[in-house]
Amino acid sequence: MGRYVIRRLLQMIPVFIGSTFLIFLMVYALGDPIAALFGDKAPDPATAARIRQELYLDKPLWLQYAHYMGQILTGDFGVAFNGQEVTELMADAFPVTVRLTLVAILFEIVIGVTLGLLSGLRRGRSLDTGVLLLTLIVVSVPTFVSGYVLQYLIGVKWAAVSPSVSPEAPFGELLLPGVVLALTSLAYVTRLTRTSIAENSRADYLRTAVAKGLPRHRVITRHLLRNSLIPVVTFIGTDIGALMGGAIVTERIFNIHGVGFQLYQGILRQNSPTVVGFVTILVIVFLMANLLVDLLYAVLDPRIRYA
Amino acid sequence: MRPRGYGLAVCAVAALLAGVISGCGSSRGGTAVGAVRASWGDPQGPLEPANTNEVQGGKVLDMIFRGLKRYDPRTGAAVNMVAERIDSPDQRHFTITLKDGWIFSDGEKVTARSFVDAWNYAALVDNKQKNAPFFQDIEGYDQVHPTQGSATARVLSGLAVKDERTFTVALRTTFSTWPDTLGYTAYSPLPRAFYDHHEQWLKKPIGNGPYVIDSYTKGSQMRLTRWDGYAGPDKARNSGVELRVYTDNNTAYTDLQAGNIDLVDDIPSAQLKNVRKDLGDRYINQPAGIIQTLDFPMYDPAWNKPGMEKVRRGLSMAIDRKQITEQIYRRTRTPATDWTSPVLGAKGGYKEGLCGDACGYDPTTARKLIEEGGGLPGGRVTITSNVDTGSHRLWMDAVCNSINNALGKDQACTVNPVGTFADFRNQITDHRMTGMFRSGWQMDYPLVQNFLQPLYYTDASSNYGKFSDPRFDKLVDEANAESDTAKAVAKFQQAERILADRMAAIPLWYQNGSAGYSTDIADVELNPFSVPVYERITVK
Repeated sequence: MGRYVIRRLLQMIPVFIGSTFLIFLMVYALGDPIAALFGDKAPDPATAARIRQELYLDKPLWLQYAHYMGQILTGDFGVAFNGQEVTELMADAFPVTVRLTLVAILFEIVIGVTLGLLSGLRRGRSLDTGVLLLTLIVVSVPTFVSGYVLQYLIGVKWAAVSPSVSPEAPFGELLLPGVVLALTSLAYVTRLTRTSIAENSRADYLRTAVAKGLPRHRVITRHLLRNSLIPVVTFIGTDIGALMGGAIVTERIFNIHGVGFQLYQGILRQNSPTVVGFVTILVIVFLMANLLVDLLYAVLDPRIRYA
Repeated sequence: MRPRGYGLAVCAVAALLAGVISGCGSSRGGTAVGAVRASWGDPQGPLEPANTNEVQGGKVLDMIFRGLKRYDPRTGAAVNMVAERIDSPDQRHFTITLKDGWIFSDGEKVTARSFVDAWNYAALVDNKQKNAPFFQDIEGYDQVHPTQGSATARVLSGLAVKDERTFTVALRTTFSTWPDTLGYTAYSPLPRAFYDHHEQWLKKPIGNGPYVIDSYTKGSQMRLTRWDGYAGPDKARNSGVELRVYTDNNTAYTDLQAGNIDLVDDIPSAQLKNVRKDLGDRYINQPAGIIQTLDFPMYDPAWNKPGMEKVRRGLSMAIDRKQITEQIYRRTRTPATDWTSPVLGAKGGYKEGLCGDACGYDPTTARKLIEEGGGLPGGRVTITSNVDTGSHRLWMDAVCNSINNALGKDQACTVNPVGTFADFRNQITDHRMTGMFRSGWQMDYPLVQNFLQPLYYTDASSNYGKFSDPRFDKLVDEANAESDTAKAVAKFQQAERILADRMAAIPLWYQNGSAGYSTDIADVELNPFSVPVYERITVK
């Protein structure tokens, strides 16, 4: 187990270097960001040259990348164009997005798995058809539509919650954005759980468990659900990364100053230190979530062993 | 106004679910009593007066700084603020006398040195201030801000402190309306704290304006409170302003509807059709000092050869400005009939209809003119703009349709969208344009000079099309040397007629500023820069 984890961690190094280089290349390919700092005016050449020099933009790409990676290894993510340390931006943004992701994942697990379990157990009945219809609708409505509609209905029309999230972003205010963010994935989790349950309920070990005379709830939770959750766990694990980086739309709609907001602003202003820095962290989150998922397999299914 | 009981119930449930105490409570949240809650955008750079060239940072600087002059929020006229008088015998050498009694909010006196040091700091190339070119008219600018290499002087030779309340300025050329440019924030005075504790100052800027910054959380919000020691005539009528950063103006608008915020100064285009119904007379839509034009690459011989002025004129006449401003912009833009802005007023140099027939919609004549001029270069034309903000794609498509209809050809005009603003700016500054391109100009100060000289004078800083006409340059020079304002304005308008003759750039429309506010506040106005006049707002 320990050796497996070490091997996986070592494998992350090339992935990490490769992905950061690609991101660096893409942000670089967008062109010189300095001209945009001057708005509709022509940049003053002397000032522009000094800013370029300060931001290391006057060097060739490979030197810029080497310089950047050297900085990162010492924990310095550079300075954003507004003069703030990128690490400072991260310290503000990541806790907010982590909270939002937690709310979303919680919804996915609780509601998604429950609905999937119920419809899987009642295959072909009205409940199953109802859930199927519901998930189809949810999957086909894009986030920005469900976001604006729910925000207007619950936030403005019924005035039940605040339509936007305050800078402190406490859990209570993140419930509605969390639901919006979770909706699509929630539908997938439901579908996945349902299929998996339906498949496993015909398995031999389940018949054995029933034949042993185990109580129904024990059969379902210990034998059926546990074995059926493997694909669901895989999905949720990768979804953590996707939710953290992909919350751009939701964060914009609810004015949440999280990772999505910083990335959006960074891309719009071609602020390479911000974009590369945030994406680097997201890459690490993705890799870690994947590792965690693989380790969870062994917990869920004793037949899987890592060496 | 809102069903409080239900709201609290949901909040309680929310708190239970999340297992924490959530931020539920009064709808005004942590805002102080009598304060205005206003929408804001994240400023692009640090809040230094000479380094802030965009409106979001400018908003704050306008609240915490007062310069020598200030533009009247209603008329746009430059009136003395810290300056007692500005005298000049020859329109080139100016003596500036300050009023007594002005102080910064940290107690330091505002003296001649506060201005001279700030201007020297702004102009010095080592300080990388984006507004440095505003000081280029002052003698010695080339030494402190050379185009290449390092500075050979640390201070502008044209600035001299006479005594605590007097300093002199020597300009490189005559510039009669120069004192009227001094209302721009780049010319603000700075306290010693700016130089001595720069890091600290950037976290919480100190100025001499009607407000002081209470707290500033970068990227999220800023709280300003009224400064009772303020020496100026325009004291704040509310207890403070809370600026909240919104990433999406739709959310700000939704928050306004929900009563979460008092003032939104950018109505999203998608809401323009509902805004009258939603807000009634709490919706403001008035001209701002912004004009949108389509420029031509005059550096491209294909666009600059004889006869092309007819083609350029024809293109202008092929655009149905009225329909586009009404259909797409719902009257938040006004068809342009000159190259300035209505906010200048007739006395300031705005002349309605100066462009004449060339800015009217006449598809038949347009087609005739383009044919007479030899047709479009290569039979087609493109319109280039960035499309990441400002719904530029929409109007570009409309303009192209209008041109195509007038010419009776489907593919005569096509849109060339550029992904990011930075890329667009780079293509423009590198002179890579081959067809028409969008050019938006937001005035720095309400002077007709600011709409003409930087944009169309030979090799001027923002003359992206490289338009050049010796007659135009001569008239601008004469206007700048003219001590009488009315005569100077007349000269500028003569120069503007040359633009009309040659159609150096097609005026599209004047942009309006828009804002909406809640029933909790009153006396909301926008100044000519389309920024709310915060200090005049009263809270009910």
